Amino acid sequence: MNIWKYLIKRILLMALVLFGVACIVFFIAHVIPADPVGAILGGNAPPEKIDKLRAQLGYDRPLIEQFFSFLKGAVVGDFGVSIKTNNPVMTDIGIYFPATIELALVAIIISIVLGVFLGILSAVHRNKMVDNFSRVFSILGVSMPVFWIGLILILIFYYKLDWLPGGGRINFFLDPPQRITGMYLFDSLFTGNWEVFRDALLHILLPAFVLGYNSTASIARITRSSMLEVLGQEYIRTAKAKGLKKRLVIYRHALRNALIPTITIIGLVFGGLLEGAVLTETVFSWPGLGRYITAGLLSLDYPAVMGGTIYIAFIYSLANLAVDFLYALLDPRMRT
Amino acid sequence: MDKRGNLLDVRQLRVIFHTYRGLIKALNGVDLWMDKQERLGIVGETGCGKSVTAQAMMRLIEEPGKITEGEVWFENRDLLKLSEDEMTKIRGREISMIFQEPKSSLNPVFKSGFQIKETLLNAKKATPANAEEEVEKILGYVGMDASRVKNMYPHELSGGMAQRVMIAMALATQPKLLIADEPTSALDVTIQAQILELLSDLTQKMGNAVMMITHDMGIVAEFCDRVVVMYAGNAVEVAPTKELFQNPIHPYTQGLLRAVPRVGRPGELKAIPGTVPDLVDPPEGCRFHPRCDYAFDQCKNVLPPLLEISAHHYVSCYLCQKDGCPSAKKAGEEPW
Repeated sequence: MNIWKYLIKRILLMALVLFGVACIVFFIAHVIPADPVGAILGGNAPPEKIDKLRAQLGYDRPLIEQFFSFLKGAVVGDFGVSIKTNNPVMTDIGIYFPATIELALVAIIISIVLGVFLGILSAVHRNKMVDNFSRVFSILGVSMPVFWIGLILILIFYYKLDWLPGGGRINFFLDPPQRITGMYLFDSLFTGNWEVFRDALLHILLPAFVLGYNSTASIARITRSSMLEVLGQEYIRTAKAKGLKKRLVIYRHALRNALIPTITIIGLVFGGLLEGAVLTETVFSWPGLGRYITAGLLSLDYPAVMGGTIYIAFIYSLANLAVDFLYALLDPRMRT
Repeated sequence: MDKRGNLLDVRQLRVIFHTYRGLIKALNGVDLWMDKQERLGIVGETGCGKSVTAQAMMRLIEEPGKITEGEVWFENRDLLKLSEDEMTKIRGREISMIFQEPKSSLNPVFKSGFQIKETLLNAKKATPANAEEEVEKILGYVGMDASRVKNMYPHELSGGMAQRVMIAMALATQPKLLIADEPTSALDVTIQAQILELLSDLTQKMGNAVMMITHDMGIVAEFCDRVVVMYAGNAVEVAPTKELFQNPIHPYTQGLLRAVPRVGRPGELKAIPGTVPDLVDPPEGCRFHPRCDYAFDQCKNVLPPLLEISAHHYVSCYLCQKDGCPSAKKAGEEPW
């Protein structure tokens, strides 16, 4: 069927996008007027030592040659060795990424459920109390900075009320679950370790909400406006004239059409989640990829920065591929 | 209370719309009635309240619109007094509707077969087991290749095909009344004739009453038993079709008929002077009086009642009450 052709087209486009990202990341990293070799050896290193290390790291080769070997490595997932940790970058990503994706997934789930629900409620009860509440909630969400909400929520729920933990992925005195995916929630669920699951869930609630608040707001706003538009369409009048109950009209006939723009936004904010994770991870001392990349940037660890960035771009593209797939599933007009 | 029609009796229906410009008095006490299996035409210019009347009868008027007064007797129930639940059982089962824009009146994300099936199941005219079969049967009735069309999405249908699907959907539940709101206005002329013929055949076979809303006098002449002429939210003249064309009495009806081009009589086209009144601030009394050649003082103060001036011929005009309806002849013109 046509849907396969459509998907293959999308996958090819995704490869093209990733190539573009690789170019940009590589050249920006080499344009920055800073010398990683100098950073490693310090200012007083003898020139011959500098040349030796430079040759060892491959920075003495022509730029274009470096670029091609970087690309070749990137295709098979080999981003070289981190200067700082001395591990292959991919190994480091393997360690740090599950924490980030776990946070992002929980955040996106919270924001989809909350955002879509608020959006529908808002549209159906337009200009009533619920609508006003949800609009204020949304405006706050897009206008308050992430780190500030994070600190305020920590102040309230950890410091004052002591309902939720203040940071980290898991209680200090608990052992992390046996590693399967690296995501504590899933791993503890698979191994049936309920105590850890409960603790990990409590730890992730605040950071996931903080991270997802902004996207919740965007999703709620888009859902509201597209729902309002759809509710004014003629086919909704037809559905009502057919004698369908209000619930069916809203959740079957209107929602499926209204979700199409919402899905786009979900794909876009997912990128924002991975990116916003840098701040959230810092505030909540969450050991994720965002913090890994920030640390790499501060110590001029180019392989780590480039590898981490491309990896995140890859995940982002995957998310948007999923969005394109959902599009085709929801809207028959997209399949042609 | 004596009923004027044994299927439908609408009395003094008033609808208003709250807008930023002010209160739009869209329906100003509309009266109309229908017998079983009758075909009633409702004609008038755009904005005269034809569609609003139909939607008010179905209780599909949405915010900011509101039904402020009136009764809609359908058989022995006043539809305006039913609960929303009871009303959903009337819609689609007892009264169905088809619309002007067939393609946008079908939900773009569902196959046409599903949309018919949904209607059947909702009205309990089919069981999940035989629904598929029923859908094919009904699509056959409206002259389409059922096995192909039922799997097509609305965007794959032509306007004429989409209107056939709409008709199939509306008549599938064997309603007592079909409201056709300008069903052919958006279609090509050749298709218009086909659709009209199809509607005529099917409703004759199935014995549905049809309320045909249109601004096309040709459709009225061809299709309707009786006609209601509406002007600015009022029914101004009600008569059997033949009688109305031969002996139009209300000055507006006369103007309307003179404004229809006819073969063999070039140069006789005459427009009604002036424009449709602004319904935020409609004229007092008879809403037609500013455009009427015969208006006198009484017309400017009180709305004339709709009175039966000869058998089955009702007019809302003071001229008839004054000197026995000579307005057409007084002007010395042949009306049609």
